[in-house]
Amino acid sequence: MSGIVDFVRGCGRQVLVGGRTYKAWVAFLLATMAVGAVAYSRQIRLGLIATNMRDEVSWAFYIGNFTFLVGVAAAAVLLIIPAYVYHWKPIKEVAVLGELLAISALVMCLLFILVDMGRPDRLHHVLPFLGTPNWPASLLAWDALVLNLYLVVNLTLVVYLLFTTYRGRAYDKRIFIPLVLLSVPVAISTHTVTAFLYSGMAARPYWNASILAPRFIASAFCSGPAVMVILFQVLRKTNELDIKDEAIWKIAELMAYAMFLNLFLLGAELFKEYYSATEHLLYTQYLWTGIGEHRTLVPYAWFSLSCSVTAFILFLIPRTRRHYLTLNLGCLLIWAGVYIEKGMGLIIPGMTPDTLGQIYEYKPTATEWGIAAGVFGTGFLVFTLLVKIAVPILVGTFRAPARPGATAPAQPGLAAH
Amino acid sequence: MRRVTTPRLALALAAALAASSAAGAQPAAKPAAPRERKPEVLIEARPPPFSEGIFPCMECHKDQKDPKRRELGFHDEQQSVFDHDAEHRWCLDCHDLENRDMLRLASGALVPFTESYRLCGQCHGDKYRDWRVGVHGRRVGMWDGQKTYLLCASCHNPHSPGFKGVKEIEVDGKTTIAPTLEMLKPMARPRRPEEMRP
Amino acid sequence: MSERKSLSVLQGGADPLGNGPPDPARRAFMRTAAAGAAVSALASCGVSMDDFLRKHFKELSRDELAAVLAKVEKKNRDRFGRDTKVTAEGPIPGVEFGYGLDISRCVGCRRCVYACVKENNQSREHPQIHWIRVLEMDKDRGVDLAHAELYYEADAVPRPGKFYFPVQCQQCRNPPCVKVCPTQATWKEPDGIVVVDYDWCIGCRCCMSGCPYGARHFNWSDGQLPAEELNPNQHYLGNRPRPKGVVEKCTFCIQRSRNGRYPACVEICPVGARKFGNLLDPESEIRRVMDTKRVLVFKEELATHPQFYFFYAT
Repeated sequence: MSGIVDFVRGCGRQVLVGGRTYKAWVAFLLATMAVGAVAYSRQIRLGLIATNMRDEVSWAFYIGNFTFLVGVAAAAVLLIIPAYVYHWKPIKEVAVLGELLAISALVMCLLFILVDMGRPDRLHHVLPFLGTPNWPASLLAWDALVLNLYLVVNLTLVVYLLFTTYRGRAYDKRIFIPLVLLSVPVAISTHTVTAFLYSGMAARPYWNASILAPRFIASAFCSGPAVMVILFQVLRKTNELDIKDEAIWKIAELMAYAMFLNLFLLGAELFKEYYSATEHLLYTQYLWTGIGEHRTLVPYAWFSLSCSVTAFILFLIPRTRRHYLTLNLGCLLIWAGVYIEKGMGLIIPGMTPDTLGQIYEYKPTATEWGIAAGVFGTGFLVFTLLVKIAVPILVGTFRAPARPGATAPAQPGLAAH
Repeated sequence: MRRVTTPRLALALAAALAASSAAGAQPAAKPAAPRERKPEVLIEARPPPFSEGIFPCMECHKDQKDPKRRELGFHDEQQSVFDHDAEHRWCLDCHDLENRDMLRLASGALVPFTESYRLCGQCHGDKYRDWRVGVHGRRVGMWDGQKTYLLCASCHNPHSPGFKGVKEIEVDGKTTIAPTLEMLKPMARPRRPEEMRP
Repeated sequence: MSERKSLSVLQGGADPLGNGPPDPARRAFMRTAAAGAAVSALASCGVSMDDFLRKHFKELSRDELAAVLAKVEKKNRDRFGRDTKVTAEGPIPGVEFGYGLDISRCVGCRRCVYACVKENNQSREHPQIHWIRVLEMDKDRGVDLAHAELYYEADAVPRPGKFYFPVQCQQCRNPPCVKVCPTQATWKEPDGIVVVDYDWCIGCRCCMSGCPYGARHFNWSDGQLPAEELNPNQHYLGNRPRPKGVVEKCTFCIQRSRNGRYPACVEICPVGARKFGNLLDPESEIRRVMDTKRVLVFKEELATHPQFYFFYAT
C-alpha cells in the first residue's frame, strides 16, 4: 500500500518540478483553463443561448471538436498494432505515449460532451442503475459506454505499465497483452460508434451515408499520430528517450496511406453527390461552393482540402518524409486539414440547410471559443502531466525507492519471460 | 493473481443493461377494440347579422315584383361587391321574387335564411357534403363530444363568396364569426436565429 | 534543464517536501466535506437532492407521481405567482389520434402558431419558441423545401402564386427521436402522442438532429413567459413551463386532447384547415378526410409513418 502512496507522491513531485519552459507551458495551460472556467460559468448562468447554436443548427462547435478528438483518441491504435501485433521494436518502446495521448484526447471528448449538454446535472440519467439508458437503440448511449470503456482500458494499461516499470519489475504479459489487444477493437469501436451516431440519422442526408464510418477511421488514422510525431522529436531532445528515426518515419508513412484512403473516400462521396445531383446535393454544395450568398464555410473547406493534399504528398515522398522540416510541416497541415474536415466541416453542412430548407449561418461565439480553449487546455495539461511522469519512468530516472532484495531496474517496456 | 473472468463480467454487464432498459420499455401496445363512441352533439353558431334595418325585406318589397335583371337603386352594400357568378346570376336567382323574406332553391321551394346552407349546397354539393361531416370549415369544442359548427355565411359573404377573411363579432352578447372583405393579415414572422441573442 | 529532485526518491532519503503520514481524522473530514460540496454545488445550480434522485416517469408509483405534480405546481407558484393545475392523464383507451391538414385551405395567417404559443406556455423571447412553423411555397414549384420561406411577411395572405405549408410534430409511428434519445426521456404513448419528460431530458439534442421535420425545439435559456399569459391548465408531459436546457415539442395539446377537446391550433384556424380526431373511429372527421380525400405524408421516403396527414380538400 505504501508503495502506491510513494508512487503517487513521486508523481506529484515529477509534475511540480521542471524547467522554465515546462513551468511557462503549464502556466499557459492553466490560464486557458481559467478562461474556459469563466466562459463556462457564463454559459451555466445564461444557458446554451450563450453559444450561437439555435434550433436550426443545434450541434456545432463543441460537437465538432468532440468528433475530431474521438479520432485522435482512436489513433493510438496506429501505434499499438505495429508495436504489439507485429512486435516492431522501434515503436514498442514508445507505444505507451500513444496511449497517454488517447487518454488526454478522451478526457477532452468527455469534457466537450459535458459542456454541450443542456442539463449536465442529469448526466447520471444515461448510466445504468442510476438512470435509464436507451439500449440498444441509442448510439449516444453506446458512445457513452465505449468511450468510458476505452478510457478505463487505457488508464489500466498505462498505470499498470508505468507502476510496474517504476517498481523495477517487468510487466506480466498475461495481463498486459490481452488488454493491449483489447484496446484495438475498443478504439475502432469508439470511432465507429461515433460515426454511426451521425450516419444513422435519416433526417440529415449529408450524414446518412454508409461511407461515413470508413471515412472516420481513415481521417482518424491520418491525424492523430501527427501529435506523436512532433512529440517524439521534442522528447528525444529534452530527455534521454531513445526514439529511432525509423519509428517516426514509419508512423508518417502509415499516415500517408491513411490520408490516401481518406481522400479517395472523399472523392467517392463527391462523385455520388454531384453526379446523381438529387436534392441532397444542397448540403455538399453549401460546404464547397455555398448556396446563394451563404458562403461562410467555403474558404475553410478548400483550405482544409489543400492542407490534406499537401500533407499527403509530403508524407508520401520519402525524401520529404525524412526531412524534419517538411515532416513537421506535414504534421501541422494534416492536423489543420482534418480538424476542419471532421469538426465544423462535418457538423455544419449536416445541419445546413435545416430540415425545412432554411439556412442559418453559424459562427462560434466568444463564449464557445473560451470554453473550447479551456477544454483543450485541460486535455493538453493532462497529456503534459502524464508525459512528465511517464518519460522519467521509461528512461529510468523515476523509480521506487530501493528496497532490500529488489532486482535491478528493468528496461522500460519489456515483458516478463 | 486472479485472472479476469471476462465471460462472467460480460454477462453481468449485459444483465445490468437489460434491467435498466426494461424499466423504460417502449409501449408497443395498440389500443384494443374501437371504443364506445360518445354522442356527437352539434351546436350551430350564430350567423352574422343582416345589414342594419334591412330585415324583414317584405316591408319594402310588398309591391316590387319586377323580375327583369337590372341595376338596383338600393342595396349598394351588396351590389357593389357582387361577384357570385355575376355573368349568369343575379339577386332573384337566390332571393324569392314573391317572398323576399325567404330564399329560393332551383326547384322553386323556399328556405328561410336560417337554412341558407341548403341553397349554397345545391350548387356546391361537394363542399356541402364535406361541411356536413366537418371536413369543410371550422369547428370548435370537443373532438369527442359537443362541438360548434359555423354556417356558410359565417365565413363566406354570399354576394362575394370567395374567401377573403373573417373576424370575430358580438351577436346578442355572444361572440361569433363574420366574413370580411379584406384578406387576413398574417401575424408576426418568427425570429430568425441570428436575431435571438442572450 | 530540469532539476533532478527525483534523485532523492531513488536514494531513499528524507521526503524533500516534508509531508507527514496521512491523518485518519483528516480523511473522514475530507469525505464529509466532499459530499457537502457536491450537495451545495448541485443546490447552487438549482438542483435539489430529490430532483437528483428522481426516478424515470414510467417508474413512478401513484403517490410518487402525485408528489411530483404537486412539486411542479409549487414551482409554478414560485416562478409566476399563480395557482395552476398540473395533471398527468393517461391515454384514453381505444383512441389513436390523427391530424389532418388541408393545404388547399391554409392561407398562412399564422394564427395557429400563436394560439399554440399561448395554450402551451412557450417561451416568448430568449428564445422565442414556435411549435408550428408555416412555410410559404411557390405554386409553380410545389412542395420544394429548397425554395420555401419561413420568414415571409405580407400585408395580406395568401400572396399571389404562393401556398402555405405548416409543419409541426408529426407524432411518427416510427419516431427517429425516440430511437436516438440516450436516456429514454422521450417516448411514444399508446394514443400516438410522442412526449418528453422535461425532468428527465439531459439536453444532448440528439433528438433534434434526428427529427426530419424540425419539430423539436430547445430551451436555450430560461425563457420569458409573462405571468399574466400563463395557461394554468397544464399537463406534466405537455404544456407545463419548461426549465432551461431541455427539449420540447407539439403534443397535440395533450392537456386538451386527452380531455376530449380539440387542440388549440385546430380551434383557432380561421379557414378550418385543421382536422383532428380518433383514427380508430370510422365516423370521426379525420377518418372522413382519409376516406374522401387523398392524404399524403411529409417526407414519406423516411418511413416515419406519421399520424399527421396533409390533404387537398378542393
